[in-house]
Amino acid sequence: MSKLHIATSINGEPVEFLADPSASMLDALRGPLGLTGTKEGCGTGDCGACSITVDGRLVCACLMLAVESEGHEIGTIEGMAQGDHLHPLQQKFLEMAALQCGICTPGMLMASRALLEKNPDPTEEEVRFGLAGNLCRCTGYDKIVRAVLETAAEMRGAA
Amino acid sequence: MTDIRYLAPRTLDEAVGAFAAAAGAARILAGGTDLLVQMRNGVAKPGTIIDIKKIAEMTSIEETADGGFRIGAAVPAVALAEHARFGKVWPGVLEAINLIGSKQVQGRASPGGNLCNGSPAGDSVPAMIAAGAVVTVQGPNGRRSMPVEAVPAGPGRTNLQPGEIVVSFTLPPRPAGSGDAYLRMIPRTEMDIAVVGCGVSLTMAGGVVTAARVGLGAVAPTVMLVDTAAKALIGSRLEDAALEAAAAACRAACKPIDDKRGTIVYRTKVAGVLLKRTAAIAAQRAGGN
Repeated sequence: MSKLHIATSINGEPVEFLADPSASMLDALRGPLGLTGTKEGCGTGDCGACSITVDGRLVCACLMLAVESEGHEIGTIEGMAQGDHLHPLQQKFLEMAALQCGICTPGMLMASRALLEKNPDPTEEEVRFGLAGNLCRCTGYDKIVRAVLETAAEMRGAA
Repeated sequence: MTDIRYLAPRTLDEAVGAFAAAAGAARILAGGTDLLVQMRNGVAKPGTIIDIKKIAEMTSIEETADGGFRIGAAVPAVALAEHARFGKVWPGVLEAINLIGSKQVQGRASPGGNLCNGSPAGDSVPAMIAAGAVVTVQGPNGRRSMPVEAVPAGPGRTNLQPGEIVVSFTLPPRPAGSGDAYLRMIPRTEMDIAVVGCGVSLTMAGGVVTAARVGLGAVAPTVMLVDTAAKALIGSRLEDAALEAAAAACRAACKPIDDKRGTIVYRTKVAGVLLKRTAAIAAQRAGGN
């Protein structure tokens, strides 16, 4: 079957693209849309490296067909910084070296932001449960969890 | 993945028509958290994918006039968690649905998909059975309803007729003094498949159980309703003897397999343990209503 014309919104910008009916949203983002910030890890919804938001809700881009994005609001890691101004989570991940190889980082940031939007004052346990869908093979998670907790504290102070 | 047609009908009649016309070569797409993985590893090769999320009835949560709930089959877990009232009335069903996968998976995964995937270990199913939920299905021969426990037929199989689509779950109104709970045993703390899953719903008056339902998962080819366990609880004050009788009924109902998550002996023992723990939580919630 021929490709389908899809009109969606990505990081607040209207976007139109052609999608193979069997292509995942991850395929579309990293392929025709050229948004390679979203990473492919497992491709089966286990690792969270491809975390994006759909209408504000965190999902795995690998578990969604590209054609399903029609008419929805997609958010990716490319929309997290405002120009040169990093999101506080991005800044804190850098300062606290909450990454090593970096493959999990975009997904960790997307999931952390989703967590803090719902719960600005999480306990360490809540952060660990909130990020349970994101696998990291390098850091042992501790640096990531500490960076999320510190960012939460700073954002509460700034609010 | 090869040549696949994608359809996103706006009405249920269109979806049923397209599903029937495909004569077995189509798959229904709700959350997609099982289907896309099956397509990726070659287990599923649908000629047509029918996305039901553009059908309002499939994606809405309604409180019915009598105080029950109607949940569309494609409602994502996260929408139930965000609902102002659902988790207060059916905390056990909500906690079961919110144990499915990660936050990312819960952003898509639906109770309809969890039921139709036919896993004996599906977490939402024992809780739905305990809740007395009824599924409405629609197919070429019209609409019919059946209890949730009538749907699973075996691992990966359901009793739906060809062309039938699960439309919604209807949960009954709750009398005063009702509570429900769901517990599962997994080797990890999160993100795993149930070794045993147990859902219990109780109604209590003056400390006495007046109504009970028990659902058990991952201990037989299908998730099942355990009537004998419920009968052991009804009329009791959840004394040790009654709880042990209900636990024994759960153990007797088990027909599990040995696998890497648990042996037959372990799963059978744990079924009884979980019944007691789950009933205790349900009773506490019943007292709080």
